[in-house]
Amino acid sequence: MVFTRFVEVGRVVLINYGPDSGKLATIIDIVDQNKCLVDGPSTGVARQVISFTRIALTDLTVKIQRNAREKTLNKAWEEADTLNKWESSSWAKKLSAKKKRASLSDFDRFKVMVARKQKSEILSKKMAELEA
Amino acid sequence: FQAVRKMPKVDARQRFYPADHEPAREKGPKPAPAKLRASITPGTVLILLSGRFRGKRVVFLQQLPSGLLLVTGPFAVNGVPLRRVNQTNVIATSKKLDVSRVRVPAEAATDAFYREPAKDKKQRLKAANRGEGVFFATDDISADKPDVPESRKAAQKAVDEAILAGVDDITKAYLRARFSLRSGQYPHEMKF
Repeated sequence: MVFTRFVEVGRVVLINYGPDSGKLATIIDIVDQNKCLVDGPSTGVARQVISFTRIALTDLTVKIQRNAREKTLNKAWEEADTLNKWESSSWAKKLSAKKKRASLSDFDRFKVMVARKQKSEILSKKMAELEA
Repeated sequence: FQAVRKMPKVDARQRFYPADHEPAREKGPKPAPAKLRASITPGTVLILLSGRFRGKRVVFLQQLPSGLLLVTGPFAVNGVPLRRVNQTNVIATSKKLDVSRVRVPAEAATDAFYREPAKDKKQRLKAANRGEGVFFATDDISADKPDVPESRKAAQKAVDEAILAGVDDITKAYLRARFSLRSGQYPHEMKF
């Protein structure tokens, strides 16, 4: 089993816990075995030391040098098209689906229920056709 | 220790003389009608939480002078008539219907319109307490039920027609369906 996601300068991470939870940031520098310096100027994360237990590594990296400045970091993000790559990943899609589901109103939930029933009806009709 | 005891004014010919002087208690000020929650505005769809129609989604019309909410099913859609409901037994959803064209008849906007007359209440309790003899009852129990007065039917018709005028099918189906919780649904985490 080979590891592919490493803690390294330039690794894009998702913050899981704390006031910035749900936001993306990049590892700028590594403090010690438990903490790293993280920054996400385009996603609203201030430059800060954060524990590894509060972040999740993603597949994405950005080409920067250690302790890159915010301007350089932003440029590197744009060049790598990081935000779009993230939004098109299934991880990000699942997160946004969960958020949407939690924000549905009572009427929305009713419409979803009706839509699921209609979809199920279409599927079962088709299955009956194929089995016949 | 009271130096001078004020005796209550009694008629010498009374059969009963109170032993202690209890001063007549003043009636306190009448409490103001309950403040309407900000989420409840005319046309809001409410979910009833208690009573005969619990789980039903109804349309809020206005707050009556007593503080209770006047709601309607509409009757043709889910069987809930023009009715009073306490806002403590209600969840306000974010769905709002257009009730600007609805004009509730003046008499139907009072509490007295919805109060059960004493005679009818007596009949209703009599029918409910009939329990033991139900199997052997030879007379028709439904005959004891009082008829819905014409004024109520007319008010219901007027209000419901105005509400259902611009309502689409999915909203009608929504009002027809009853609210229920499924596994994994927690009301304190749900948005209404």
